[in-house]
Amino acid sequence: MLVSLLRNQRVRNTLLQVLYVGSLAALVLACAMIARQNLAQQGITSGFDFLFKSTGWDVSFSLLPAAPTDPYWWYFLIGVINTLFLGTVGLILATIVGTIVGLARTSSNELAQLLGRTYVDIFRNIPLILQVFFWYAVITHLPTPRAAHQGFGMLLTSRGLYVPIPNVGGTALAAAAIAVIAAIALPVWLGRTSRLGQPIGERFGIQLAGSAAALACAGVILAVGRLPDLPLLDFPALQGLNLKGGLRIPPEFSALAVAIAIYGGSYIAEIVRGGFKAVGKGQMEAALSLGLSPWRVFTLVRLPLALRAMLPILANQYVWLMKATTMGIAVGFSDFFMIVALTINHSGQTLEAIGILMAGFLAINLSLAAVFNRINKAIALKGNHLRE
Amino acid sequence: MEMIVVAPPAPGRIEDLRRRFFATPLQSLLSLISLAIMVFIAWKLLNWAIFSAVFTTSGGPEACQAAAGACWSVIAARWRIILFGLYPFEEQWRSALACVTVVVMTTLSCMPAFWTGRRIALVWGTGAALYYVLMKGGVLGLLYVGEEAWGGLALTLFIFVTTCLIGFPLAICLALLRRSELPWISRTTGLIIDAVRSLPLISILFTFAVVLPFALPQWLQGDKLYRVILGSALFFSAYQAEIVRGGMQGVPKGQEEAAMALGMSYWQRIGRILLPQAMRNALPATINQFVVAFKETSLVVIVGFFEILASGNAAYGTGDWRFAYVEVYVFIALIYFVFVFSLSRYGAFLERRMSVGER
Repeated sequence: MLVSLLRNQRVRNTLLQVLYVGSLAALVLACAMIARQNLAQQGITSGFDFLFKSTGWDVSFSLLPAAPTDPYWWYFLIGVINTLFLGTVGLILATIVGTIVGLARTSSNELAQLLGRTYVDIFRNIPLILQVFFWYAVITHLPTPRAAHQGFGMLLTSRGLYVPIPNVGGTALAAAAIAVIAAIALPVWLGRTSRLGQPIGERFGIQLAGSAAALACAGVILAVGRLPDLPLLDFPALQGLNLKGGLRIPPEFSALAVAIAIYGGSYIAEIVRGGFKAVGKGQMEAALSLGLSPWRVFTLVRLPLALRAMLPILANQYVWLMKATTMGIAVGFSDFFMIVALTINHSGQTLEAIGILMAGFLAINLSLAAVFNRINKAIALKGNHLRE
Repeated sequence: MEMIVVAPPAPGRIEDLRRRFFATPLQSLLSLISLAIMVFIAWKLLNWAIFSAVFTTSGGPEACQAAAGACWSVIAARWRIILFGLYPFEEQWRSALACVTVVVMTTLSCMPAFWTGRRIALVWGTGAALYYVLMKGGVLGLLYVGEEAWGGLALTLFIFVTTCLIGFPLAICLALLRRSELPWISRTTGLIIDAVRSLPLISILFTFAVVLPFALPQWLQGDKLYRVILGSALFFSAYQAEIVRGGMQGVPKGQEEAAMALGMSYWQRIGRILLPQAMRNALPATINQFVVAFKETSLVVIVGFFEILASGNAAYGTGDWRFAYVEVYVFIALIYFVFVFSLSRYGAFLERRMSVGER
């Protein structure tokens, strides 16, 4: 009876699956139970109550107000925001570097190609963490505030980079930043939308006007929101042994941002090059023979087609860059992972903290992927078209 | 009938240069800018690294610090700690020999003559065993040296080799499980792979080094080094599994159906038909994954291992060489560069070679 049951394909398949999933689940469960027991012996009760206790330790970098009396959930939020902030800055810088190097590599000029290739070969083949250590050492070995390098109102010291900031309230500053972003994004949208009467490619005036209007908005917001009785810009300056005024960008942050920009840039350069290589030569020749100027060929034919080829790979690279912010722990930048590690050290809530870490990164990755899927779908070529 | 061949006049050297670099004003500008950047960087670099550099240790750190260029004396003074970490001084030849073993092993496995499953397993198996005996000792009259004293380049290579050695078979298993026809097996495996892939490696290393001891019974915990290697292998295998799966998808379905029609068993189908073709498809991506894995071994510095990066930090961090951090990092970067660049060049060569075969 049992033997004949085992011979039955369906029974066997079900059994195999139950066995596989069951043993994996049992393994995880056993580990979790042992861990709970071990932690209980150390006097740590499991559960998420600790989230509402105050931490008792400080973070090195935070965009939000932080104090040791703040609860753990607030610290996790700070960590996620730090990770997203560093990731976004690194992502933008890396994209700029990568685009320049990638364009150099695809240009028809052999010297520029050589320069681009050398850059990629060098920086792609050195581990990111080594580059982070290197830049951190370079920045922390800069002169002391007394002998700081100066230029453009900025100060470069071993304590970080000091930049001037406008004396403007926080909300007004944020609103102005949005207006500046709009000033960049508006011309792009105006150039592509079909809602305007004018043909695409002849909208330079409208684009310029849109951009100028957005910039004017930013100016008005800044003028209204500025703090009374203070100069518009607050310059950092030496006062005694310390630096006063301005905004301090700590060495941890700048080292990470520079390293991610340089290392990520070398990868993005390869993606950019691949994207441009994927554009058929015939399409460019067709555009040229239609009498389009080289600039139009680039903006209307090569760039849009290359962008479509690049985007899926670029999305992967951006997800990777977000994960690379975890290098922060190497130099003491309080990113999400470092907050989790410190939480484990201080509170002992190991399993919960690891769970939060996993959930956090899953959420970050999934939302990035979702955003890129939307963009990908939005710019995909529509209708019937021949490929290859 | 007589053929008249009209060859275009061969351009002179100057004409050729003009066409290549100064065809239009924009091109000329681009060429000049590129040239200026290259000359500037090359001059600065040569001046720093060679012309005004100090190479000998005779003057000590003071003479070195006064020099305008690089201070290579720090390497001359501290290369042993960078390469071998805290390994006992008299025994460091063993560490060096172990590094050579790894290099020889990697070179051998790059040769097509070794590309059968059995030979590659043999090379890596003996290589790893030889490395282990050399480093650990305790037999054949070699002094016993525990894992806690391993360090520098030797440790980096050890972590790399063991990661690949464990990770690669695991990756094949995961890939096979993921393409299983039984829905729950493939789904669960897919979930594991995707979960590992969505996490940063550092967090996995941290979990295996710091958190896992809580979750394992005493007798299973093992040394921290091996736990971290396991974590790194798991991470490697999650990525490699997707590469192998991609390679399997490239094998035409008819191949497996034909094998089935011939009455081959599951393992015969996998071992003789599917995997050889899949591995061939996946080879370029696999080499790339090895390159990534090699670079990522550097992350173990965060969970407190004395691999090459940490030993580099120690080489300049203590005593009189505090100012010479650039030289130390450049030295380590060069070591990484040699390994990674040659591997990735090899990958590019393979890709070209294989695309020739398929044309």
